[in-house]
Amino acid sequence: MLTPESKKRILVLGIGNILWADEGFGVRVVEEFHRRYTIDDNVSILDGGTQGLYLVSFLEQADCLIVFDAIDYGLSPGKLMLVRNDEVPKFTAAKKLSLHQTGFQEVLSAADLLDRCPRELALIGCQPLDLERWGGPLTAPVRFQIAPAIELACKLLAQWGSPAKLRASPLPVSERLLGNNIDHVNYETERPI
Amino acid sequence: MVVQTPNGFNLDRSGKRIVIDPLTRIEGHLRVEANLDADNVVRNAVSSGTMWRGIEVILRGRDPRDAWAFTERICGVCTGTHALTSVRAVENALGITIPENANSIRNIMQLCLLVHDHLVHFYHLHALDWVDVISALKADPKSTSALAQSISPWPLSSPGYFKDLQIRLTKFFGSGQPGPFKNGYWGHPAYKLPPEVNLITVAHYLEALDFQKEIVKIQAVYGGKNPHPNWLVGGVACAINIDGTGAAGAINMERLNLVSSVIDRSIEFVEQVYLPDIAAIGSFYKDWLHGGGLSSKSVMSYGDIPENANDCSAKSLKLPRGVILGGNLEEILPIDHGDPEQIQEFVAHSWYKYPSEFSGLHPWEGITEPNFELGAKVKGSRTDIKELDEGGKYSWIKAPRWRGHAVEVGPLARYIIGYAQGKAEFKEPTNRLLKGLNLPLSALFSTFGRTATRALECQWAAHQMRYFQDKLVVHIKAGNSATANVSKWKPESWPNEAKGYGFTEAPRGALGHWIKIKDTKIDNYQCVVPTTWNGSPRDSKGNIGAFEASLIGTPIADPQRPLEILRTIHSFDPCLACSTHVISPDGQEMASVNVR
Repeated sequence: MLTPESKKRILVLGIGNILWADEGFGVRVVEEFHRRYTIDDNVSILDGGTQGLYLVSFLEQADCLIVFDAIDYGLSPGKLMLVRNDEVPKFTAAKKLSLHQTGFQEVLSAADLLDRCPRELALIGCQPLDLERWGGPLTAPVRFQIAPAIELACKLLAQWGSPAKLRASPLPVSERLLGNNIDHVNYETERPI
Repeated sequence: MVVQTPNGFNLDRSGKRIVIDPLTRIEGHLRVEANLDADNVVRNAVSSGTMWRGIEVILRGRDPRDAWAFTERICGVCTGTHALTSVRAVENALGITIPENANSIRNIMQLCLLVHDHLVHFYHLHALDWVDVISALKADPKSTSALAQSISPWPLSSPGYFKDLQIRLTKFFGSGQPGPFKNGYWGHPAYKLPPEVNLITVAHYLEALDFQKEIVKIQAVYGGKNPHPNWLVGGVACAINIDGTGAAGAINMERLNLVSSVIDRSIEFVEQVYLPDIAAIGSFYKDWLHGGGLSSKSVMSYGDIPENANDCSAKSLKLPRGVILGGNLEEILPIDHGDPEQIQEFVAHSWYKYPSEFSGLHPWEGITEPNFELGAKVKGSRTDIKELDEGGKYSWIKAPRWRGHAVEVGPLARYIIGYAQGKAEFKEPTNRLLKGLNLPLSALFSTFGRTATRALECQWAAHQMRYFQDKLVVHIKAGNSATANVSKWKPESWPNEAKGYGFTEAPRGALGHWIKIKDTKIDNYQCVVPTTWNGSPRDSKGNIGAFEASLIGTPIADPQRPLEILRTIHSFDPCLACSTHVISPDGQEMASVNVR
């Protein structure tokens, strides 16, 4: 039996920009995960937005990393794909971290340069349909992948010895990861366009 | 043929044209084109940025009290600054005042962002324009150690430390994934540092990367979380309970002490690492004083960091406020953000449509209507432009002007204005740095001047954090714990129509938000960001902006590898992340440079 001290530190990270339609996928997944699940103390959930190099300090405090992001795999829209460990940089290289010139691969290699890159990497990416609609919602094929993406993450967390537990009831709007009307529901229902 | 611009630059587009697209290591997407004469000196420069679609599209009809949360998402770098500018705009529109504690806490958060951003910008986005990483591998660890110890008391300076670093770097380069160091112009003749200085700076590149996690603790304490700290119209989102215990909830003595220790370490890092590095780099680049551009002529700073809550007069603002025109340091002109004749945006050379190509629009009246049309002399096609025609529309960046004048914004502008005002806190460190390098004041108007004043400002900001933290603690201990004014929180207390503006000095320069509120909802919302000022295209009169001006007259050693252009543009800390989405499908990081 693992003691709490010896448990792996796990970071569950969503990246992307919620203002650019499907580009918000990663952030919306962690928002929903946080709404529906509780996690152990050694696990943290982070809405990384488009923070680029600023994310290095979060990565270096983790042994295992799960990243959700919209990734252009050249597949059909809404296709979900899990890649792990050495495969990850190949997929994060092709894409800038949202609006940034700094790609997530650079964040990984900067952590690597500090010799503190997480030992285990898992990238859960979804093929976007629309990255161009400024202020737009997640498109249906991408929105439908939020729950399956969370399931994939739950399997990984269980494998790493820190299973997430379903909340008795989902958190109310006031306690969500994103507040002030940028939570998924209010952001999309109050859209002026 | 040479054409003189109204703002005094001679342009000649007859020589060969080089195109750099994208210009890397910036936030967002920028394209630069330049004409070189027979001696490879830049005689014409064209800067073209990507599209900004207007936050008004997303904000119209929403609750003004939530605008900060949306604007915080515009950009991953300027998050807190956009949020602060937004709450100030709403407060200005609705006549909401904030308590002293909120003013101190906002100042600390804004100063913290300045320190953080300046460090990350210099070491991670700009240093490699001055520092050759590959050359660092050739340094002798012993002489590196001796040199490091001669310029700073910073303890990480033993021969073993530098030797270990070289081993790590060698391994890193050997891995085939050199990450941030890939595709550099290593070995370029415009690199002037000896291997030992290169190695010291690379060591500090890594230390600064590591130090970030300390700095952001301040945002997490006062903003409740980080990234994306919480802000509040009417004050700050954190409550104060000085006798409380535990890490969660209200700010207590333990949290205040944590902030205090981070401030101390920030001052130490800036003074023992960043500033000595700038002085060392400066001593080898003393002869390379290109890139001044507009800085010796026209500069602007809105000012920021109010000493007293709710007082945004030039007297209360600790970062200088005002405009200098025509290089006249004797006169600082006042700014009024609400005067429709002062700040205006023009689109004669921008891909937007206005009622008139020749008139500007004040941000309260601002519109964002795309209009992609190319000049007659463009080379290539609409989807694959080989060469822009700056005689027509050529950028997605609008051209903001102050009373019709193009101005430079940013740390150098702030220091020039502070210097001209005779403020000792800006003048003395500047004089000390120049004297140490045996350079005249005019040397400040350069790429190096921009890079050096950013470092000086980082030190200034770290000390100001200390000042406001002490002020906050004294105020709290005297029994004042208010952090928010909620008297006008309810929309019922607002007028039917209101308009206002908020401004800050973002790390890279003057930032303004303008808001119109109608029936308690947002009716219009415009942001004019610092890189719009610096990266602006020509206006209808032909005035060139700061990026373009800064490149004129710069000799380029190797047109295929225009390191000098990258160095000067990076010195502005450009951030166009608030503009359109960019995906590079092939993962190419390096600029493609075309010479024609």
